[in-house]
Amino acid sequence: MSELKTKLVLLLGVALSVVVLYGFLYLEREWEIGVLLVMVPLGVYFLKRANALTYYQHAAREMPRFTWISFALGVVVLIMLLRHEDFALLMLTTVLLYATVSLGLTIQFGFAGVVNFAAIAFFGIGAYSMAILNQHFLHIPDLLIIFFSGAISALLGALLILPILRTRGHYAALITIAFGILFRTFLEVNDVLGGPQGLRVSGLEIFGWDFGNSFPNELGGGSFYVAYAIVALVLLATVYLITRLIEASWLGLNMDSVRLDEVASASFGINGPRWKITAFMLGNCFAGFAGAVYAAMYGFIAPASFNLSDSLLLVSIVLLGGIGNPVAVIPAAFLIVVLPEKFQVIQEYRLLLFGIVVILILRFRPSGLMPRGLRQYFAGRFG
Amino acid sequence: MRQTVLQTKELTVSFGGLKALNGLDFQLYEGEFLGLIGPNGSGKTTFFNALTGIYRPAAGSVLLHGNDITGAPPTKIYAYGITRTFQRLRLATSLSVLDNLIIGNQRNLNLGLWHNIFNRKSFKRRLQEQIQIAEELLSRFSRDLAVHLFKPVSSLSMIDRRRVEVCRALISEPKILLLDEPSAGMTPDETRALMDELQDWRAQYPTLSIILIEHEMELINKVSDRCVVLNYGEKIAEGRYSEVSNEPGVRAAYLGED
Ligand SMILES: Nc1ncnc2c1ncn2[C@@H]1O[C@H](COP(=O)(O)OP(=O)(O)OP(=O)(O)O)[C@@H](O)[C@H]1O
Ligand SMILES: [Mg+2]
Repeated sequence: MSELKTKLVLLLGVALSVVVLYGFLYLEREWEIGVLLVMVPLGVYFLKRANALTYYQHAAREMPRFTWISFALGVVVLIMLLRHEDFALLMLTTVLLYATVSLGLTIQFGFAGVVNFAAIAFFGIGAYSMAILNQHFLHIPDLLIIFFSGAISALLGALLILPILRTRGHYAALITIAFGILFRTFLEVNDVLGGPQGLRVSGLEIFGWDFGNSFPNELGGGSFYVAYAIVALVLLATVYLITRLIEASWLGLNMDSVRLDEVASASFGINGPRWKITAFMLGNCFAGFAGAVYAAMYGFIAPASFNLSDSLLLVSIVLLGGIGNPVAVIPAAFLIVVLPEKFQVIQEYRLLLFGIVVILILRFRPSGLMPRGLRQYFAGRFG
Repeated sequence: MRQTVLQTKELTVSFGGLKALNGLDFQLYEGEFLGLIGPNGSGKTTFFNALTGIYRPAAGSVLLHGNDITGAPPTKIYAYGITRTFQRLRLATSLSVLDNLIIGNQRNLNLGLWHNIFNRKSFKRRLQEQIQIAEELLSRFSRDLAVHLFKPVSSLSMIDRRRVEVCRALISEPKILLLDEPSAGMTPDETRALMDELQDWRAQYPTLSIILIEHEMELINKVSDRCVVLNYGEKIAEGRYSEVSNEPGVRAAYLGED
């Protein structure tokens, strides 16, 4: 494929995705979404039959950076198209933030094999850190506060490292579940953190731009969510890049090796605990970043927003997408966040339906909608 | 005077009541090709596991160049230049052949954050180096295999997987190589080819010492300088194959085996 042709294929893919995403976010009537839901798999089926999908995948493997940038720009276009739609933007931002957390889970579970059923707790730690830091340290730039919030998540997560390293399988999972529940209970009884009523959070101000206002008129005007959507997009794009670079380096190789066979890895000098700890802390850090942006966007946080069911939802995003495939969490996050909002039925039976989805995936497609491919260190050749 | 590189003194490993290794005194000399034989369940694999830190000995000691390394963890053992293959292959089958070999070359990888994440140019150079080393090593053992460098191990035949495991153990240029039945599942011809390559490798690295666990006595006879025979976790004979194979104790241990 010539370079120009490759780029055109990639751009076409982005354009198509933007149209579909716009439809899902913009349409409101259930039958409209229903039609879309039928058309998308059909479209995918025909694209697959016409080999267009493999064509696209090849193109994306050949030019990963172009793919990544064009997709990010595509989402910017999507945000601009939706700039007056508060609810759609809120949903989109939630998707971007949940995808960010899921990338953390991808590193933890997909790369290093560390289970984490407390993702929402680390998201929550980030959110509460944002609330407190923003209130008490007015002179610290908000960008730095987001960064600190992630660091605090990672550090508090370090409390769990020893018990997780000492136990295996189900027990490690139980420890994280217990931590998530403990975290919620702690928030509820702690007066400094607002107890069950929670805390107010002031909005972001980055480079002198106050996010509390609506989107500036010179740029076309729009909801104040536009700014948050863009911050969430930048966050996701950055975290995605980091995840991919880790995957495509010795760090990711060692994590994979530890996950697949810790004893054999140790026999070749690979220090299992080191890579599990690295993955665990990094993943929790990502969750903390996302939580901080979430708190600032909602302007209000309470313990009730950080339930075990949300952690399970995040895990199901990773399972649905494809364990260990960083790209896969993005469409999966979209499906899992947006569909329940569009269908009353799903909303009501949310957990039940997710349970069924997870069981179906594990039974029929254990590697997810977009299974992880072979490790690729660089674009093109090199495996 | 031959130098002793590895020595165990009264090494004992127990699983509950069972002594899988019982007071084993053992010596390995520099550059030696040692055959470790014995009937099924006699403790050969357990011996490797005890040497490489996977099992902790209940008693006794392991000395490397006279230094006590008893109970050292596997990562340390690798750092000392001891590598191994596993009787039941333990490759990362969902990863490529290249990845598996690079895992074996951990010693020579720069794990710094800067090098891996930010300075991708220099990382790319290192990767190319690793690719070249892996390609050369693989093609020593099989021309065809080098072509599959970027394929997942799961797509390889059993024999090629065995070769990859041997290469993973060799790529870091170890001082001591432990081979646990590398020829299982190979035809005699393939085994011979593998052994020829190992002899070639030894010619290039004359100080490399090898311990080979093997059930095929022909092979042991042909390649080993010396043999140690285990039975019920104890050493029942040692010496040249032609000597030990005639000892009554050894014949008794193998009776009904062959
Ligand atoms: N992890 C373990 N737990 C309990 N018993 C074990 C364990 N590993 C080995 N054994 C026992 O120790 C004894 C020696 O086993 P080992 O695997 O070392 O034999 P081997 O000489 O390698 O046999 P083979 O030729 O069949 O590979 C056997 O009785 C085996 O059942
Ligand atoms: Mg054995």
